[in-house]
Amino acid sequence: MIKSFFSSRIRALPEPAAPGVPLAEAVALRVRLGGRTVLAEVGLGVAAGEVLALVGPNGAGKSTLLAALAADLPAESGEVRVAGRPVADWSAPELALRRAVLPQSAAVSFPFAVEEVVRMGRAPWAGTPAEDADDDAVREAMAAAEVAEFAERPFSALSGGERARVALARVLAQRAPLLLLDEPTAALDLRHQELVLRVCRERAAAGDAVVVVLHDLGLAGAYADRVAVLHEGRIAADGPPERVFDAALLTRVYRQPVEVFPHPRTGEPLVIPQREARAGR
Amino acid sequence: MAVLTEEAASDGGTAGAPSRPRAAGRRGRRTLLIAAMAAALLALCLLSAGIGAYEIPVGDVLGSLLHRVGLGGARLDRVGESVLWNVRLPRVVLALLVGASLGCAGALMQGVFGNPLAEPGVIGISSGAAVGAVGSIALGLSFFGNWTVTACAFAAGLLTVLVVYALSRSGGRTEVVTLILTGIAVNAFAGALIGLFVFFADNAQVTQITFWQLGSLAQATWPKVLAVLPCALAGLAVAPFYARKLDLLALGERPARHLGVDVERLRITLVLVVALLTAAAVAVAGIITFVGLLVPHLLRMAAGPGHRLLVPGSALGGALVLVAADLAARTVAQPAELPLGVLTALFGSPFFFWLLRRTRRKQGGWA
Repeated sequence: MIKSFFSSRIRALPEPAAPGVPLAEAVALRVRLGGRTVLAEVGLGVAAGEVLALVGPNGAGKSTLLAALAADLPAESGEVRVAGRPVADWSAPELALRRAVLPQSAAVSFPFAVEEVVRMGRAPWAGTPAEDADDDAVREAMAAAEVAEFAERPFSALSGGERARVALARVLAQRAPLLLLDEPTAALDLRHQELVLRVCRERAAAGDAVVVVLHDLGLAGAYADRVAVLHEGRIAADGPPERVFDAALLTRVYRQPVEVFPHPRTGEPLVIPQREARAGR
Repeated sequence: MAVLTEEAASDGGTAGAPSRPRAAGRRGRRTLLIAAMAAALLALCLLSAGIGAYEIPVGDVLGSLLHRVGLGGARLDRVGESVLWNVRLPRVVLALLVGASLGCAGALMQGVFGNPLAEPGVIGISSGAAVGAVGSIALGLSFFGNWTVTACAFAAGLLTVLVVYALSRSGGRTEVVTLILTGIAVNAFAGALIGLFVFFADNAQVTQITFWQLGSLAQATWPKVLAVLPCALAGLAVAPFYARKLDLLALGERPARHLGVDVERLRITLVLVVALLTAAAVAVAGIITFVGLLVPHLLRMAAGPGHRLLVPGSALGGALVLVAADLAARTVAQPAELPLGVLTALFGSPFFFWLLRRTRRKQGGWA
């Protein structure tokens, strides 16, 4: 009884959103970090059932935008809304039921076992009816991220790529309708990069909204419904990959000449840096 | 070969379904561990109450205890009854409270800092609290009666925790080097302040301060027990409710917040609790180091890092260690008495060395 008193403060549970309903929005968002304007006049939304990729060169503000959507960073002006309400109006426990965040690098202070780490993702649901689904959610998430085989190993004994997948499993286990993933593929091999983005697609198909920061434009082109290109703290382009992946735009944004051409079989846009033919081949 | 494939098959099975039997086995082992520690503690308390210059058989100790609570048993003779109830039991109870406070404070501290080296003694909170206690003795303060020393230790301890916290954190993380260096600075400053108080104190106070500083439970009385009881009990009662959140804090501050933890509030509450527990221990027993470091570490090795077991377990383990240490302190060199703080440091320091070596071997040291 005492336990239930402490764990189940009154919080409204999220209701499933219809496809197309915006789950996170930035409106005229301006964020300053260390005296520098990192984001300016950013307007961006992500709807239920959609995978949105944030791409752009280093320092363009991708992670900052994701952190702002996650309510980690305060807006200097403008507004961030999650599930239709300004983030400042949500309490931390309420927000945890509505969005899950994968940080760029995962660390755990003590030698928790992998399964325990994944189970931490269920913490927001403690004391709600959804608590009963804890075991299922953990099992499913571990299977999806292919980490079940080292469920018993301590997190600290894993390689970088394995840690990244465990962190992803924890985020998936949270079963929040909005997923914010900061470079989930950075430490992963080819197979697991594809796996992560397939999982993103599955979650979107199930009605969640997914925002994913990517460096690999090929992955963004293949899996995202929409791509937003960030450039110097502003959105340079926002739309479906085939429209956004314009050679002139990407060349300007990345300060690197690129070529864009359709994949010979699937037709999806491929972005390749322009390279000189090497002598002797 | 057949065995091999069978093993592989069963392994695959448990990998798909996260290992219910194994998880249940682990839980069973943890329950067993707690039960064993509780039983050992009870036995040790009875033993400690009986052993000394005036021997009382354990059966008689039990009898007298049962008699007082009205469950049969029998009174001892006048001397025995007086030794047991006025000398031994207050001391045992005080050792229990101090040990539980130190163990629990250590576990909480390590959780809050996300760092296995954080311990009230190592990072200077004990000496901070000691400044308050010594100051109140040297200046002859008595505004809270019996509770004055505890109150001063609490105030000074709290101030120290806040200072250490503010100095050693940057960008939401605590680096080990910064933490330890902060501890060195705080310890040095606290030592200087204590030296100043000793300098200005008169002879009787100097003796009192010196003995108090070495760490001892020799002057245990019921009023002393009462003086620390509220602080210690409040801290020990509140701490377990934050265990789950401390687990999440191991992921880092932002991830913990993403999982619904109000990190600021958690931190402030736990810093208060640590100050309460440390003050309770330091006020009566002086600076007793390493209990808060050693106990949570051993528990983590035996039962994993989950705070739901670690926090209450460390309180239990701390009590166990301190009751044992106090028994040793007053019996190994009879009729003289070793200072308790000296004894725990004597055994705690080698453990600390071992810990450092082990960590260096396994992960190349603390970053």
